[in-house]
Amino acid sequence: MTADLKHTLPGAIAIVVLALVPLLPVPPFWITLLNNIGLASLVAIGLVLLTGVGGMTSFGQAAFCGFGAYTTAVLTTAYGFSPWATLPLSLIAGAATALPLGLITVRLSGHFLPLGTIAWGLALYYLFGQVELVGRYDGISGIPPLELAGHRFLSGQSIYYVIWFFVIATAIGARNLLDSRVGRGIRALRGGGQVAEAFGVDIVRAKLTVFILAGIVAALSGWLYAHMQRSVNPTPFGLNMGIEYLLMAVVGGAGHVWGAIFGAGVVLILKDLLQRFLPDLIGSSINFEMIVFGALLVTILQFARDGLWPLVLKFAAKRPTRQPAAAGSLPRRTMPAVGTPLLRIDMARKAFGGLVAVNDVSFEIKAGQIAGLIGPNGAGKSTTFNLITGMLSLTSGSVFYGGEKLSGMSPRRIAKHGIARTFQHAKILPTMSVLENVTLGAHLRGSAGVFKSFLHLERQEEATLLAEAARQLERVGLGANMHRPAGDLALGQIRILEIARALCLDPTILLLDEPAAGLRHAEKQELSALLRKLKEEGVSVLLVEHDMGFVMGLVDHLVVLDFGTLIAEGKPAEVRQHPAVIAAYLGEVAA
Amino acid sequence: MNLLELKDIRVAYGRAPVLHGISLTMAPGTIVAVIGANGAGKTTLLNAVMGVIPSSGTALYDGKPIPPSVEARVAAGLCLVPERRELFTTMSVKDNIDLGGFLRSAAERADTREEVYGRFPRLAERRKQLAGTLSGGERQMLALARALMSRPRLLLLDEPSLGLAPKIVIDILEIVSELRKTGVSILLVEQNARAALEIADHGYLVELGEVRRSGPAAELSHDPALMESYLGLVPE
Amino acid sequence: MDATIATFLIQDGLTNGAVYALLGLALVLVFSVTRVIFIPQGEFVAYGALTLALLDGGRVPATASLLICFGLLAFLVDLWTMRRGTSTAAILWSVLFNLALPAAIYAVTLGIAPLALPSLVKALLTVAIIAPMGFYVYRIAYRPLADASVLVLLIASVGVHLAMMGLGLVFFGAEGLRARPLSAGSFAVGPLLVSAQSLWIYGATIAIIVGLYLFFEKTLLGKALRATAVNRLGARLVGVPTQFTGVTAFLLAATIGAVSGVLIGPITTIYYDTGFLIGLKGFVAAIIGGLASFPVTAIAAIGVGMVESFTSFFASSFKEIIVFGLIIPVLIWLSLGAGLHEEE
Repeated sequence: MTADLKHTLPGAIAIVVLALVPLLPVPPFWITLLNNIGLASLVAIGLVLLTGVGGMTSFGQAAFCGFGAYTTAVLTTAYGFSPWATLPLSLIAGAATALPLGLITVRLSGHFLPLGTIAWGLALYYLFGQVELVGRYDGISGIPPLELAGHRFLSGQSIYYVIWFFVIATAIGARNLLDSRVGRGIRALRGGGQVAEAFGVDIVRAKLTVFILAGIVAALSGWLYAHMQRSVNPTPFGLNMGIEYLLMAVVGGAGHVWGAIFGAGVVLILKDLLQRFLPDLIGSSINFEMIVFGALLVTILQFARDGLWPLVLKFAAKRPTRQPAAAGSLPRRTMPAVGTPLLRIDMARKAFGGLVAVNDVSFEIKAGQIAGLIGPNGAGKSTTFNLITGMLSLTSGSVFYGGEKLSGMSPRRIAKHGIARTFQHAKILPTMSVLENVTLGAHLRGSAGVFKSFLHLERQEEATLLAEAARQLERVGLGANMHRPAGDLALGQIRILEIARALCLDPTILLLDEPAAGLRHAEKQELSALLRKLKEEGVSVLLVEHDMGFVMGLVDHLVVLDFGTLIAEGKPAEVRQHPAVIAAYLGEVAA
Repeated sequence: MNLLELKDIRVAYGRAPVLHGISLTMAPGTIVAVIGANGAGKTTLLNAVMGVIPSSGTALYDGKPIPPSVEARVAAGLCLVPERRELFTTMSVKDNIDLGGFLRSAAERADTREEVYGRFPRLAERRKQLAGTLSGGERQMLALARALMSRPRLLLLDEPSLGLAPKIVIDILEIVSELRKTGVSILLVEQNARAALEIADHGYLVELGEVRRSGPAAELSHDPALMESYLGLVPE
Repeated sequence: MDATIATFLIQDGLTNGAVYALLGLALVLVFSVTRVIFIPQGEFVAYGALTLALLDGGRVPATASLLICFGLLAFLVDLWTMRRGTSTAAILWSVLFNLALPAAIYAVTLGIAPLALPSLVKALLTVAIIAPMGFYVYRIAYRPLADASVLVLLIASVGVHLAMMGLGLVFFGAEGLRARPLSAGSFAVGPLLVSAQSLWIYGATIAIIVGLYLFFEKTLLGKALRATAVNRLGARLVGVPTQFTGVTAFLLAATIGAVSGVLIGPITTIYYDTGFLIGLKGFVAAIIGGLASFPVTAIAAIGVGMVESFTSFFASSFKEIIVFGLIIPVLIWLSLGAGLHEEE
């Protein structure tokens, strides 16, 4: 059996079994349960994109189901629309509600978003219950069933296929999306967004994208629900259901699309069992599932924070790794001529409150140079670096690239100029492969959007981006580790990975933030050799470093800061003799 | 008996090892300086001794295994003044100082507070001011004062001169060397190598998470390895 | 609307707002010290009100047995953490706090519940039954997650809320209860008719706010809690045990919740799930205070009470929609202020 087959077989078997279930003599409530699992899976897949991948959490997804369900309920009963005609309108309703809520909340820090979702989850529930148009708490009944080529999907068995068609299509689409340029940008949000932003991902837009997608699939679930149940009322769209959906995503493991279906199955089967057997067992008709669900949620967070799906995956065959095909190459930037002024820092100043971290510093970097920015701890090197990359805004002064003023631009726009960086505390996505981590660097060199990615219509471009990343990995000597999870690499290799990622941007200048920190002697020598090689290939480099030993033999030009002020500048050998530099490094007390 | 004895201390952040087995001993009543270029692992070493980060290896304090938790170590007389000071910036100077004596009795706290104000009259003047409004030098004094409130026997000082103007560095280091006279032992981490070795009895030069040289402070300060470790070798 | 109705609505808003203020303060307190967004705060309110109502009927409230269950569970969790070596003292402490304490409270409740007690004693007994639950909830649910992110803690909070609400349903049933006021009657102040219960509410709210102020400003323990909120590492370095401050924060929150329940129980009918809604209104206030500012939270809570009271007059069916919708403009405002790049 080939690795490919081994990997796809369990999925194929699952689909065949799913297809056969209604044909077998199973009790009807099995079908009902499976239908409900399918509907919940859709919402949970949206939550996986939102929570597990994008790092945002929502307790209010049930409200989006409500918008989907009520849209079709009102249009089909009061205005005589055909059910299929309302499908796009229901999805648009979900998106249209998600858009303003998303615009408000995606900019907020982690915990305000979920709190906001609790509030609107409640507010929208009461709203459904109050509006005359949607029948207040009584809801709307008499919704027509779906119809296809004369067949009316009236029974549970028949709508079963419709529901699971949408579930599987959505799951595949979501997987496709994650395995694409847009998806990498979304997955990079989990790492805090700084990396994503530094390589040109529009963070607000990426967050908004997943938020709206999650809203759309929830609305799809609501639309299906309305036509399955043929009546709607506010109860299934309240906060409690919203919490249950999140529980499903947590049980499944919020990072896995298939885990969402698994989670929905576990939760709904458990709920069914509890509702059927517990009352007999303890002789009371009260619903205990709330207690069990609450305890389950806390227990999973305590003992298996990644959910239960990863435990299932341990038994599954690994997805076979594919060598990126040698697809067409990407257009390259023209490198500025060696010796021309590239980056100019002009009277840059940064004050934090009363503390001046960078005090009117000016210097210039020429194309084809390796320049070093050094100084003792607290000298203002990292601050200067962040002023150049746009992570911090200048208090006064400016930064120019060629003739263009960079200061005031976002890191994303600065990246577009061909300025690529690495991070002092290496920022990688440990569960993504080395290749995918590096491909994120090429984000700006592709253009495929959400829709194409969802349907995997961008395979040509994707192959080119992956090939470019593979090429850069070979260039820096990490080619052999391409398919390992990036978290498995040693620190030295991670620093090299960051350089490969930066090279994927096709930069004119590389900005390296303490690339040698924590490296062993031999690793430092390899890094030096690599940087020299890149210089020969025309890439300019600015590195911030503490380690004078590393810098001395490598750079063409040194800039020394102390207390935020430039104290010396010039060739390394000259700077090393400078009394102010010796005093700054070894201390004032005379030797 | 040694006050502190470290054997083969190792620390790793995730998979990346930072300390590759550091051994160090210090006698009671001494100042030991740990010096080395940035990224050598000095701060990590102090944090490991304080128990702020997990480490492996043996650490004996007073000949006995060092207590497990941070608060038990504070109670046993260890106290760390961290590189970033970690003051309670939105609270008053007096509150910061009082909290330094959190594990001591009210009477001990009152006594020590008078002593501390006597040593740092500047802080006594500013006792009602918020800690966040102090200057860099005053913040360092407050961090020291807060640490002294716990009546430490072993003070762990992380870069006390960091970010301070040269004149204030001399003041602070003078205070540190005076503290020793009161019987407090000090493990001092400094990048400012010459100044640190000036006041220390013994020194350890750390490079890349390993001890490269150790010896009496006066000898170490003239060791060519020191210059090389800080400024690097000029390539031919 | 005439002046009489307006003054009535203001009084009503002030009364509810005072309770929301207490809850909002507790939420800010717990969040700043432990980073936990304490959704189950409202359950303590419901437990408090329902316990008092049962005590009014001379019955032994189910919360007393629930307390024993919580203690037992906490004891088991303690044993589980101690499975790799422990000391006799640690086990003794655990037995004392987790088994002996709830048993003692249960015994006292059993003994005095059937007696015709003065209201104040019943109220105090209620608080004594509910407050230790804060300790156990922390021990069982949150302490094992001490290193988790705010988001994980929040999801855990929702789990705790579900479980506690479900337990409320099991122990109190789906019927609503209303407690007897601490003192009956009312009196006229000019044109206003002020009930004695609302005076209790104002008095207790002011007393708790003053008490919290004194605790945080004047006691070393209070300062240690503030210090933990300002700088967690700094607090550890001076020897403040993080668990200790966590326990204190949760204990305070549960106490405030129980007191709020005792105060609000006699003025509205409380169901097992009412507490959640009341708690969330405290949340609206706490969010307006950025989950950080005590004074802003208290003022915002009064505002929430006023909005609720006036909307219940003008658009009563949209009351909840408007109150929870209030959060949207607040979030807009917070999001405009949220910088994406600036970080030190």
